[in-house]
Amino acid sequence: MSDLLQLRDVSLSFKGVKAVNALSFSVATGEICALIGPNGAGKSSLLNVINGVYRADTGDIVFNGARFGAIHPQKAALLGIGRTFQHNALFHRLTVRENVLAGLSRRGTATFLENIFRFGRDGAERRRFIDRADEIIAFLHLDRHAETVVSKLSYGMQKRVDLARALAAAPKLLLLDEPMAGMNQEEKQEMSRVIAEVNRSFGTTIVLIEHDVGIVLNLASHVVVLDYGRKVADGTPDEVRNNPDVIAAYLGTVH
Amino acid sequence: MSFFLETLITGLFAGLMYALVAIGFVLIYKASGVFNFAQGAMVFLAALAFVTLVEHGFPFWIAFLATAALMVVVAILVEALVLRPLRNRDSLTLFMATLGLSFVIDGTAQFFLGTDVHMLDLGIDDIAEDYAGILISHFDIVASLIVVTLVAVLAIVFSKTRMGVSLRAVADDTLAAQSIGIRLPVIWRIVWSVAGLVALVAGLLWGARQGVQFSLSLITLKALPVLIIGGFSSIPGAIAGGLIVGASEALADIYLGPLVNGSVSTWFAYILAVAFLLIRPAGLFGDRDIERV
Repeated sequence: MSDLLQLRDVSLSFKGVKAVNALSFSVATGEICALIGPNGAGKSSLLNVINGVYRADTGDIVFNGARFGAIHPQKAALLGIGRTFQHNALFHRLTVRENVLAGLSRRGTATFLENIFRFGRDGAERRRFIDRADEIIAFLHLDRHAETVVSKLSYGMQKRVDLARALAAAPKLLLLDEPMAGMNQEEKQEMSRVIAEVNRSFGTTIVLIEHDVGIVLNLASHVVVLDYGRKVADGTPDEVRNNPDVIAAYLGTVH
Repeated sequence: MSFFLETLITGLFAGLMYALVAIGFVLIYKASGVFNFAQGAMVFLAALAFVTLVEHGFPFWIAFLATAALMVVVAILVEALVLRPLRNRDSLTLFMATLGLSFVIDGTAQFFLGTDVHMLDLGIDDIAEDYAGILISHFDIVASLIVVTLVAVLAIVFSKTRMGVSLRAVADDTLAAQSIGIRLPVIWRIVWSVAGLVALVAGLLWGARQGVQFSLSLITLKALPVLIIGGFSSIPGAIAGGLIVGASEALADIYLGPLVNGSVSTWFAYILAVAFLLIRPAGLFGDRDIERV
């Protein structure tokens, strides 16, 4: 299996504090890779570097064969890096369907004038986008809420809308920042199933951050453990589970 | 009673004219989170360019389209020369940039087009007619129809088109919009163009009333209380704010003016705005900012 994403010696610091310290790892095409580590280990910062919200101080990122030091979020999206956010950054005043449609907008080829006056490519594209949006909405079992304004949905449902919006544009790589935060065990299991299904059905490579180690070790095929911005372990769930450094830094006791 | 009604109605019409200016501010505030101090300068530039073309013998529609094209060019230049270099700066920095921009636009317009006061005749009579015992100017009625039409068109563009979804997405959460691949520079160019076209319509109506001169640029100061009352981020708010300012100003001038021996309308809106700031700082329709701690 080839690598879809490689990080080479990536470092990031905020006012002298190293959030990410000379970190290297690879994500294979089609896998689910989990980043785990205590709070402040640099997990979210790392996702933000990958999709260009933050600019790495040093190091390279290779995505899909193209190397870059820094990238702009919009460019990352165009290359096929989708993401969700730790605190839902949805468009709260738009409906679920509109949120998903917004996620599709970069696929649009019709011009602004075609959009406004509804001529040329606009009609066909509009139908295609709405079909695609509804397909994703159905896939994530959000059908009943398609016309609901996002701010009226529960937190768990909003997490799912965030995923739908990111999926709409059919990203090659999907970055999920704590997709199960604030959920109860049942909701976590459900979300975990959905993520596995996305990975299986669409072949989307997934990098996710999650605190619940039990869930992570079942869901992911590859686990990277961070602590203080450094990589502590990198391997399959079984390797990580038995790694003494991980037990010391993160797991505490052997479960 | 009919005198009261007449004052109120005249005030409401004036309020719609204020709202027209305020809408231009709201568009840009929603999309880029900045109070665009240069909006008044854009109104002045549009009116001056239009009137100059008409005085050189161009027919109305040619002059209108040429000025509209000019406003789009201004939008593209602003995006490339001001917004892009200042990307990710805080809103105060952007506000100061638009303050500078207003001087650049005012200065450039007057450098090339002169500083004369121009009369602008849109062919609409500004003569009061009797409607059921109340005197209303024909111009007010036409102007308000234009404002209503403009708002309706904007509402359709924002709610019914796919581009509208992107525009609202950017207004809602800029970073998330970028992360899903919405092209921010394109959105900015479009929003500034639309604000430029709104400035053109405002410039024509205000110019026809007051003459086209530098003071049009100071409309910015008149829009400020309207925006504080209605909220910076809502078009319905801009309209409500405009109507409240227009009506209360007209009524205060008649009923409060004699008590203080002078014109009240020059400052009344600001007092009202201060009162709103104390009671409802986000305005009637504005978003309350929720800071995540």
